[in-house]
Amino acid sequence: MVNLRRALLILAVLLFAVNPFTTRAEEAHGHGDAPKTEAEKVNEHIQHHLQDDHYFTLFKKGEEYVGFPLPVILIDNGLKVFSSGKFHEGNGVAEVDGQYYVNYHGKIYKTDANGSLTFDEHHHPTNAKPWDFSITKNVVGLMVATLLLFWGFTSLAKTYKKGSNNLPKGVGRVLEPLVLYVRDEMAIPNIGHRYKEFMPYLLSVFFLIFTLNLLGLTPIGFNVTGNISVTLCLALFTFIITNIKANKDYWKHIFWMPGVPVPFKFVLAPIEVLGMFTKPFSLMLRLFANITAGHSVVMGLIAIVYLFQRELTIPGSIGVSMLLTLVLFFLELLVAFLQAFIFTMLSSLFIGMAVEEHSHDHH
Amino acid sequence: MEALLNQFSYGLFFWQLIILLIVIFILGKFAWKPIVNALEEREKGISDALASAEKAKLEMARLTNENEQLLKEAREERDAILKEAKVLKDKIVAEAKETAQAEGAKLIEAAKREIEDQKLKALAEVKNQVSTLSLEIARKVLTKEFEDQAKQEAYVADLLKDVKLN
Repeated sequence: MVNLRRALLILAVLLFAVNPFTTRAEEAHGHGDAPKTEAEKVNEHIQHHLQDDHYFTLFKKGEEYVGFPLPVILIDNGLKVFSSGKFHEGNGVAEVDGQYYVNYHGKIYKTDANGSLTFDEHHHPTNAKPWDFSITKNVVGLMVATLLLFWGFTSLAKTYKKGSNNLPKGVGRVLEPLVLYVRDEMAIPNIGHRYKEFMPYLLSVFFLIFTLNLLGLTPIGFNVTGNISVTLCLALFTFIITNIKANKDYWKHIFWMPGVPVPFKFVLAPIEVLGMFTKPFSLMLRLFANITAGHSVVMGLIAIVYLFQRELTIPGSIGVSMLLTLVLFFLELLVAFLQAFIFTMLSSLFIGMAVEEHSHDHH
Repeated sequence: MEALLNQFSYGLFFWQLIILLIVIFILGKFAWKPIVNALEEREKGISDALASAEKAKLEMARLTNENEQLLKEAREERDAILKEAKVLKDKIVAEAKETAQAEGAKLIEAAKREIEDQKLKALAEVKNQVSTLSLEIARKVLTKEFEDQAKQEAYVADLLKDVKLN
């Protein structure tokens, strides 16, 4: 019950935390027609960064994003694979096998030869969307992270092949304490003696999130864990594992809480069922909101250089921006670890609650 | 909330799913499980080694203790044996002394008795000799005395006179 209340509280706080950000994003859309101020440009740039992209942007030169195109994979009357560079040729309409596609704010829509889009009252295109399985910037980030994990951990595993007393060298020296940390601080205290079967999942999630968070702090500018699709997938895994591995006691505590009078059992059941979903939902939102907020603030502070040039002079604005960004960057390094820790910690807590063996007389 | 839904992308979700499964299962097979097992094995090895070291220490202490005990016991036994030997020696010496004394006394007694015997024998002999000698002398004296008839008659008369008086 305490855990449920805590989860709901966190959820409420998070929803309030995300709220200003989402409303601001919509405002930016609303003023699309008027000539853009510097602040709006910065805002648009931040939005652009936070979104997934079919084009690997390295930097922006004038109005043009400089980088390299990524492969677009669409399922629309068969598999269609082409380079996203096609969206930057001619009028921005890519023509593949007689079908026309246009890239509008990072989403691909079906269109005609002129690239015309129809909009609803919220400025969202109403055109049909093909199934988009493109290797986007975030997918590239995921792949880079995965390769790093494979490189690091297969080399760590290799050191133990010579016997478990062979101590790791190089990168393994950093990774081994982290593995031990996941095991001793998260898995064992929360799950207990059954911790071993969940270790592959917990280690995967911890190191994937941690690596992606750190990649997000590099100037290449991945924002993978700040994308709701990614955090939803991660949270969904925790939800599925929790409910598949749950034992009889767990379900009993949800639908027929032992040790309380019968009327309360009927009251508690819907709350507990709701709790089943709010727990992973809080996981999803927490990671997303923290990383998104971090990226927004870092980029906002960098934007001081452009926005306060008149007030602070150029060296002044650069100095203020550098100082603030540096401080925030260190905070973000902490957050990168902290969010990976919290996600894994809470996942193991939820799993532990589901597989916990209750003694039948403790109520 | 709408911005969140708008950001959601099936493609990215799909790739995240694939990559998470790859990381969990393939990396699980080649890295997570071997690493977790090796760490556990190492920890078990360390705790086993510590336990056996502790055991060896206890064993060592026990052996030392036992040795000391044995030494103490041996010393005590030696002392006891020595003490016993001394007692025995004293006893033997005392006994020997006693026996010798008894034996000596016996010898002295026997010698005394022998001496007494010899003395008595010698005395008897002397008495015999004296009596024989006396008789001889007496016979010779009497023989000499009664060679003369007259004297015999006088003597007898004398004796007779005495009888009458009685």
